[in-house]
Amino acid sequence: MTFDDEPVPGYPLPILPGHTSPGRLERVLRAGAFAVTTELDPPDSADPEDVYKRARIFDGYVDAINATDGSGANCHMSSLAVCALLTRIGYAPVMQISCRDKNRIAIQGDILGGAAMGVANMLCLSGDGVQSGDHPQAKPVFDLDCMSLLTIGRTLRDEHKFQSGRKLTFAPRVFFGAAANPFVPPFEWRADRIAKKVDAGAQFIQTQYCYDIPRLKSFMQQVEDIGLAGKVFFLIGVGPLRTAKAAEWMRTNVPGIHIPDSVVKRMAGAEKPAQEGRQICIDLIQEIKEIKGISGVHVMAYRQEDTVAEIIDKSGVLNGRMPWYPGRDTPYASPELFKETT
Amino acid sequence: MYAVRKWSVRHSRGMEIFYSAFERVFVGMHPLWKAIGYERAEKPIAALEKVVKGFLFDCKMCGQCVLSSTGMSCPMNCPKNIRNGPCGGVRANGNCEVKPEMRCVWVEGFAGSERMLEGKQAIRVVQIAVDRRLEGKSSWLKVARDKNATPSPSGSNMRKSS
Repeated sequence: MTFDDEPVPGYPLPILPGHTSPGRLERVLRAGAFAVTTELDPPDSADPEDVYKRARIFDGYVDAINATDGSGANCHMSSLAVCALLTRIGYAPVMQISCRDKNRIAIQGDILGGAAMGVANMLCLSGDGVQSGDHPQAKPVFDLDCMSLLTIGRTLRDEHKFQSGRKLTFAPRVFFGAAANPFVPPFEWRADRIAKKVDAGAQFIQTQYCYDIPRLKSFMQQVEDIGLAGKVFFLIGVGPLRTAKAAEWMRTNVPGIHIPDSVVKRMAGAEKPAQEGRQICIDLIQEIKEIKGISGVHVMAYRQEDTVAEIIDKSGVLNGRMPWYPGRDTPYASPELFKETT
Repeated sequence: MYAVRKWSVRHSRGMEIFYSAFERVFVGMHPLWKAIGYERAEKPIAALEKVVKGFLFDCKMCGQCVLSSTGMSCPMNCPKNIRNGPCGGVRANGNCEVKPEMRCVWVEGFAGSERMLEGKQAIRVVQIAVDRRLEGKSSWLKVARDKNATPSPSGSNMRKSS
């Protein structure tokens, strides 16, 4: 999708009435297209090329790339830095902000800094507990939670001030998102909690992995019943499973991931499990697209990011649309300045 | 204590009724608190509050109690201190992702709110960021002071504590 008011592709877009960010993700969603986002596995490295390599494999298939913030409480390159690298060459990142590692002073600084570097989308998360990561000896901060973070982000953007009340001279222009997990208890409250997030300032929602369509449907029904439909964009999380064993391990050991027996059985019965895993993912995406009130999918293919293009392509959800990427419309200029000069 | 904490949530409605009467009396004692001096009353009242609410709710003395808005389940017992839960890590059996042997504070809280009168709606209101300066201080005295300082339009927006 090309916007005719896009001066230089990849540069911030003019902010249309009713929009809050200069980003392409908000444009795509508000234009009513079925959006695709994905997740970049941040490198354990200080080499920018490691980030670009990981971003390039999504070229042409995704509208935005999430930069995770120490996901699973594991240490990696920071989301702010990944976003800074990505925006330099025009990618549209979703900067994830977790409350686990930073207090409100640091987080507000990051929101300003991110926006200054062209980050148009930010996802506000509470974050995983430190016990689940590679540094369980770390101090968990949790000064804020996802919802107080959203309210603070919105105050920065709409009221042009810090939580302290001190004025900003230029407000960050951001499309704020939040996470949801409709697949774990208490089910009857999951939609209500999203209503709270919307009250707090969430404009889009990215969910945890969905492998259970009936559960998703009943969640979306709840969303409609409480009058939340149309007030927030839902992007449903999906991802390919590799083997039945991996699926079994995930659902037993990773809190928050629900995989029904039928899916595990289908994986176990497959001759080529990895291919079957991708097919399950494609089937899920196609079913999700038909559910009322859903605006897109968020493909999380951890350590199999190279499968995202194929999955999106075969699912047909882009409907012939080719999301912008550096080099789509103009020859790609490699960021020479990162080349080592010795 | 964990068992008592769970009992309190099961009796959230009784707790709510008791607290609203208690709050009325406590707030009404404003002249006395003023005579003693709020600062001077702080230490003994905070100590009392810690004992009572520590026993009933495993209170962590955040100093800005929201029990009336959280189904009488103290959110500071959530290992992530989430005041607007539950997070997405709740286990299939309703237990906490960080402490697998503990019921999710928020699964409990929503169940507790269902049994309450005003608490049923109050849990839907977004709780703002915690003021860490109030940690260890008495929530009761704060309520008495706040309610007497501003002639508040009774009810609606007032966040009640416990």
